[in-house]
Amino acid sequence: MRSNPKLVRRATQSLILCLAVFIFLGAGDDKRFDKLGHHLMCICGCNQVLLECNHVGCRDSDRMRNELSAALVAGTEGAGTAGDGSGKIPTGGSGASSDDTILQGFVQKYGMTVLAAPSTTGFNSVAWIVPFLALGFGLALLVVIVRVWKSRPVPALADGIAPLHGQELEHFRQQAQKETDL
Amino acid sequence: MSQISNLAFLGSFALLLALTLSVYCFLAGLIALAFPNQYSDRLGETARRAGIAVFGTVTLAAVALVNAAFNDDFSIAYILHHSNRDLPAPYKFAVLWSGQEGSLLFWSLLLATYALVLRLRHKTDTRLFAYASVVIAAVQVFFLLLLTFAAHPFALVTGTIPPDGNGLNPLLQYPEMVIHPPMLYLGYVGFTIPFAFALGALAMKYPGEKWIHITRRWTMVTWGFLTIGIFLGAHWAYSVLGWGGYWGWDPVENASLLPWLTGTAFLHSVMMQEKRGMLKVWNMWLIFATFWLAILGTYLTRSGVISSVHAFAQSGIGEWFKWFLALTFAVFTGFFFMNRSHLRSEHKLEALVSRESSFLFNNILFLVACFTVLWGTWFPLLSELVQGTKVTVGPPFFNRVIIPVSLLLLLLTAIGPLLAWRKTSLESLQRNFLWPALGAVAVGVIMILFGVRPWEDSTYFYSTMAAVLSVLVIFTVLSEFIRGGRVISRHTGQGMLWSMMHLGHRNTRRYGGYVVHFGIALVAIGIVGSAFNQQKEQEMAFGDKMTIGPYTLVCQSYTQEDNPNYASEWAIINVFRGGQQVTTMYPERRVYKASQQPQTMPRIYPTFKQDFFLLKDLYLIYAGLNPDNGHPIIKAHLNPLVPWIWTGLIIMILGTALALVPNAAPVQVRAPVRVPATAGAGD
Repeated sequence: MRSNPKLVRRATQSLILCLAVFIFLGAGDDKRFDKLGHHLMCICGCNQVLLECNHVGCRDSDRMRNELSAALVAGTEGAGTAGDGSGKIPTGGSGASSDDTILQGFVQKYGMTVLAAPSTTGFNSVAWIVPFLALGFGLALLVVIVRVWKSRPVPALADGIAPLHGQELEHFRQQAQKETDL
Repeated sequence: MSQISNLAFLGSFALLLALTLSVYCFLAGLIALAFPNQYSDRLGETARRAGIAVFGTVTLAAVALVNAAFNDDFSIAYILHHSNRDLPAPYKFAVLWSGQEGSLLFWSLLLATYALVLRLRHKTDTRLFAYASVVIAAVQVFFLLLLTFAAHPFALVTGTIPPDGNGLNPLLQYPEMVIHPPMLYLGYVGFTIPFAFALGALAMKYPGEKWIHITRRWTMVTWGFLTIGIFLGAHWAYSVLGWGGYWGWDPVENASLLPWLTGTAFLHSVMMQEKRGMLKVWNMWLIFATFWLAILGTYLTRSGVISSVHAFAQSGIGEWFKWFLALTFAVFTGFFFMNRSHLRSEHKLEALVSRESSFLFNNILFLVACFTVLWGTWFPLLSELVQGTKVTVGPPFFNRVIIPVSLLLLLLTAIGPLLAWRKTSLESLQRNFLWPALGAVAVGVIMILFGVRPWEDSTYFYSTMAAVLSVLVIFTVLSEFIRGGRVISRHTGQGMLWSMMHLGHRNTRRYGGYVVHFGIALVAIGIVGSAFNQQKEQEMAFGDKMTIGPYTLVCQSYTQEDNPNYASEWAIINVFRGGQQVTTMYPERRVYKASQQPQTMPRIYPTFKQDFFLLKDLYLIYAGLNPDNGHPIIKAHLNPLVPWIWTGLIIMILGTALALVPNAAPVQVRAPVRVPATAGAGD
């Protein structure tokens, strides 16, 4: 059974495209409390994500969870604003962008360190870009190394010895592998 | 009181003596190697013996400190701060590595132990071992200087000696803490040995690859210890910290991961040097990076530069580590540039689809993962430097950037073993890959049929991909065993199981590696389960019920207890499934008397009997009492597949152990002898 190389190539390309699309997909809108709670840190000093704070009797995490719940409700019913004196997390308003607004509300109240990951704006975006640049650089390096190595001259054979190619070479290779590489 | 003074005196004296002997071992060894003459051999031998004596003196210091803990010698500040009279005996032993000064002494002890083995085995290659011994002595001098001048474990309390100590940190009062730090330190410290061999080989322009063969076992042992240490740390976090997870991307966790990643890369790429004489420069830098990152991790943990729940108290030893890191970098770089011509590759890459390429790709991915972890760990400091404000780089960042790289690594783990050295034909790859790939795709389809929707959420997508790739790894490993076993079975006439076992014994390193890959696949499957975790919290009075997944929890009672070390509150929770009681669990909260620190003691029930392959952990936490009505608050987690992680670790360790066993001789197969029909057919 011989495979069609063109078909295989096309299938591989499609698979890679699908993978890339899925990898960079964002999360859905459900479970907002859980999602947002995992984007925030507890400020009690435990260095843990808000919903995972294990600090015994931690009042900060309880208060912050309540604030998050209240902000989610306010996001759909009408919002508090920064400095309105209510002590609530400012939510700005309802709608699709309110996740970001709620997180910004927490930032206004507790500072940048309340976010569990750097934002994607300004200098903080460097945090996200650099690892993928490193991956790109690594793969480029791999390509360069492979090309350099492949382009090195093959040592000349002594007179009278003909190099093997194709199926004949494959036959010897498989034979050697079978005998030595068990 | 005189005995108390004696222990501090004895320990301090032993440390000073160890420092003197280490300095001598370093200087005499260096002079013997750098200025060879008729006395060099004898001078080198005295250096070796001084190095052996360092083990005795450092051991004496460690014994003095442990003895002080058992004797409640609170005149020693370290014992005062990390022990108390009612501390159970195993934890008094663990006091040795529970604080800054003691753990540095423990580090020094482990280094002396590794060095002892190396120096006793010097006849393997006298000159190379002499070089390695000098490098180790230099590292030992640094740690002993630190212990003597910056973090002295025998420093005495000034003023009145308190009647009791402050006690051990409650988080550390858990049986695993008696094993986890030693394993981790054995890993960290152990990487000094391959580094010492590498630097020695570089300095002396060692001919051939023998040093790599010698180093390989050391590296595998060290890697094994570090792996155990990291996983025990994860298990400890899971069992003690009480947040239902096992890995939080804490800077200290990251610090342990860094040398593990480069060490794993080295274990793969070193094969290219052994078999094909390639990647010599790369391997030199990899082993240096591994050692350097182990020291960097120690610096991160101990300097207070990065805040962490695991970090030791802030101290001034960070400066010492900075200088040491700079010095080792300078020395290694200097030798590298002086002798780099010695590290030319002997072969070239012949084909893109080959084992060599897969190792290269694997190394790139490990280094990218390492760089990403390092980048994320340091970014808060960088942000503060540039923007003036610190930011948090927590789990959402690491999960987002590390998971794609990890998936690629899993894919490579599956494909790599199927590739031959030099060149692999696409036909043979397709032939070997077909059934494992079909099996893995089938698992993906089954997951979708059971309701997992990878297109709805990136978490589910990653989980499905990881599950499919892990199954692919498992199937390729099994297919390798079956294919090889079948050949041996055909030649010997023995059964398949015997043949596969013999196969593993004939090339222990290769098949041990496959077993490690199998274990890693199980670990990945265990991690996949975290996408499906469930969590609930409820106040539970007598008879109250809580339902989580298929389990119903009923509060039978709650009570209190008191012992000399701690006071505790705990609940008795009966667990039912399908109307039948499956177990009773006792989540607990303790308040340690000496330190007055509270600590939850989660209880975990792995559902082996009920779920078999899809087993889960039922994880209960006693979160405290409701101050209004005195009812206990119980947090329940249902964590699918977590036990696979610990099973995977055991298999990884078995694989590492198998790889360390010497190869068996091939089976002798007798050729059939043609017997003449007339001879010997009578009976």
